[in-house]
Amino acid sequence: MALSGIQIYKMLPQTNCKECGFATCLAFAMKLAAKQAELDGCPYVTEESKAALAESATPPIRLVTLKGKAGEAKAGNEVVLFRHEKTFYNRPGVFIRVLDTEDDEVIENKVRTGSSYSVDYVGMELRIDGFAVEAASGDRTRLATVVEALRASTGLPLILVGSDPAVLSGGLDKLEGEAPLIMGADTSNWEAMADLAAGRGAALGIRGGSIEELAQLSEKIKEKGVEDLVLYPAVDSMSASLALNTQIRRLALKNFRPLGYPTIAFAAASGDQGRESLMAAQAICKYAGFVVIDTFAPELIYPLLVLRENIFTDPQKPIQVLPALYEINSPGRSDPVLVTTNFSITYFSVANEVEGAGLPAWLLVTDAEGMSVLTAWAAGKFDAESIAKAVKQFGVADKVDQKWIVLPGHTAVLSGELEEELPDWVIKVGPREAVDLPGYMRQVLN
Amino acid sequence: MPVEIPKDSWPGSVNTVTLGATGDQGGSRTSTVTIGGEQSLPFMHFENPTPHRPVIAMEVAAARPADWSAVLLEAWGSTLDDPAVWARACEDAGADLIVLQFGLKGSDDGPVSAEFAVEVVKEVMDSTGLPLVVLGPGQAEIDNSILVPIADATKGERIVLGLCEEGNYRTIVAAAMANDHLVLGKTPMDVNLAKQLNILMTDMGLPLDRIVMDPTTGALGYGIEYGYSVMERLRLAALQGDAMTQLPMLVTPGVETWKTKESKVGAGIPDEWGEWAERGVNWETLTAVALIEAGADVVVLRHPQSLVRVRAAIAELTASETA
Ligand code: SF4
Repeated sequence: MALSGIQIYKMLPQTNCKECGFATCLAFAMKLAAKQAELDGCPYVTEESKAALAESATPPIRLVTLKGKAGEAKAGNEVVLFRHEKTFYNRPGVFIRVLDTEDDEVIENKVRTGSSYSVDYVGMELRIDGFAVEAASGDRTRLATVVEALRASTGLPLILVGSDPAVLSGGLDKLEGEAPLIMGADTSNWEAMADLAAGRGAALGIRGGSIEELAQLSEKIKEKGVEDLVLYPAVDSMSASLALNTQIRRLALKNFRPLGYPTIAFAAASGDQGRESLMAAQAICKYAGFVVIDTFAPELIYPLLVLRENIFTDPQKPIQVLPALYEINSPGRSDPVLVTTNFSITYFSVANEVEGAGLPAWLLVTDAEGMSVLTAWAAGKFDAESIAKAVKQFGVADKVDQKWIVLPGHTAVLSGELEEELPDWVIKVGPREAVDLPGYMRQVLN
Repeated sequence: MPVEIPKDSWPGSVNTVTLGATGDQGGSRTSTVTIGGEQSLPFMHFENPTPHRPVIAMEVAAARPADWSAVLLEAWGSTLDDPAVWARACEDAGADLIVLQFGLKGSDDGPVSAEFAVEVVKEVMDSTGLPLVVLGPGQAEIDNSILVPIADATKGERIVLGLCEEGNYRTIVAAAMANDHLVLGKTPMDVNLAKQLNILMTDMGLPLDRIVMDPTTGALGYGIEYGYSVMERLRLAALQGDAMTQLPMLVTPGVETWKTKESKVGAGIPDEWGEWAERGVNWETLTAVALIEAGADVVVLRHPQSLVRVRAAIAELTASETA
């Protein structure tokens, strides 16, 4: 856990010699706590203090980065149990599993469609992060062939799954210069797996059915010099998986180092797509750093990637849309201009209702610093002036002959002022909720 | 290596609320549903068992819905023409509860009336033995004009009446108190607004074990994270002992997700969205399960396949097995 300025101060020489460039040791300590200074600035810190400060600067959950030929997947560095406490940082990598026993064509197909998949959500391009290749054949040469073929169609990071280090090394031969994840080590093979991971610069997954088993293995493997570890709580049910992932996150955040690593979840291998989708959803919400699924189907991948985006949005920084004049259902010169703010949810609720109802309209989105209509109005970020400014900025008057502008119902009080700001326009007051817009548009605007 | 499992022990717990009443209890339901009672965060069985599993309510519209997705129309077929048949089909499919939703229209496209509403409620109660949640169209005057007669006509059934909102709770709470019913309070995604409404309702003398709250959620992709976090915060506050947050939570993934473009629209959408019906079901089930993990006690769904999948997930999450 990060130390406070006072805690750091106690570890400094407390002589106020000023050589660090600050007036007092306390001032320097405060800057250190705020990460605005480096410890090197003080020539007199003891080795003991250095070690203690370095330890405290280590994040409770290690950041593990998988690297492919092109692209990376990061997990770890999380600091909270609940997203509202701060935020979740690293979106869990979504990996699609293939078996090396499947036909070459099947694998090739899955990998090509998966790696080229990209879907637009709120102006963001969402993609999967890589593939997991399971050495189900138990054959070193076969795994090597499959990995090599895979590398011809995708550069995304890989996870190699198997229990025999000798077999997995065949796949690793084809991934030089990369940092894949080897999945993984268990009580029977951990020494050889640790050697393999250390030799190849790979991250190592640890498979264990209990907290104790995982902690014990991670300590032993760390002693062998492998530090990029990933924990796999190998339990079957959603309930047991939730419990273990929660316990690991709680202990890690209490600085229990043996469990201070990201986790991986396998929603794969159930053969039941409904269950697979919900296990993956749980893993995204509840603490997995990597999620492996079997099915590559857009109708499943799209909602999963959106869920990941939503849960990992920083609660302090709502997603905003660009202030602009948006066209819904190809509006014409006699269609109304609806006004709202650039808070993404507000924008999407309005756009969604109008679009879904098949009604053409212009949607003018003002810059309200990403606040919803009511909040922005209360904070003075959504008023007659800012609406009039947006009307001019986006040349709205040139787009329509019938100058009807519709205010959100919650801000009816703005209509008087807006009439003064926009004398050529007819100001209408719409409904309070987006859901009532289609009805309003059909009844009042026609 | 012995590791001490970090267990939370909380001073507070969620209220236990029973919906519906059987013949012995002054009603006519063949079964009742009990929710709430949690002493831990969802499914932390290593601390406490889940006292009552989250339940699934299926939404039944009192008059054939005009604006539902074609995916839903196809899944239910002609069942949708008759709320009594529809409710029965939900019971047969494994629903725990029926949410009977009134709109602005009554029979033959006329405006909804008290007579129509009471008749539909009676028909539905004749065809299904499940407990009921009965919701008005969401306009204060109309809600009052149908919910009061419904409450009077079904005295003792422990129906959940709603929606109680800040501007519109007095009449409904009074009707519930006079007839041994429960109420559903709904507030827009905010911890303090939820508490405030609960204070107002209990101030009228309605006991806490007769209130369920809907803190409102957005659909996946349309604000689910706000609802999700408000629910996690409400549940944490409840466990910390704040009485006005200790109500079981009901949320409506069905209503929210089936109005999104992803679920509602099948033509002119990007290929990357995939197959329509399966996408719609995923949209509904992912939203529902995420909210169940955040503390939902009741999820209201629309698609029969979603019922099957969410039910299986709940069974897995509440199995007594501990890690
Ligand atoms: S250089 Fe070190 S000892 Fe000197 S004032 Fe700065 S912190 Fe204190």
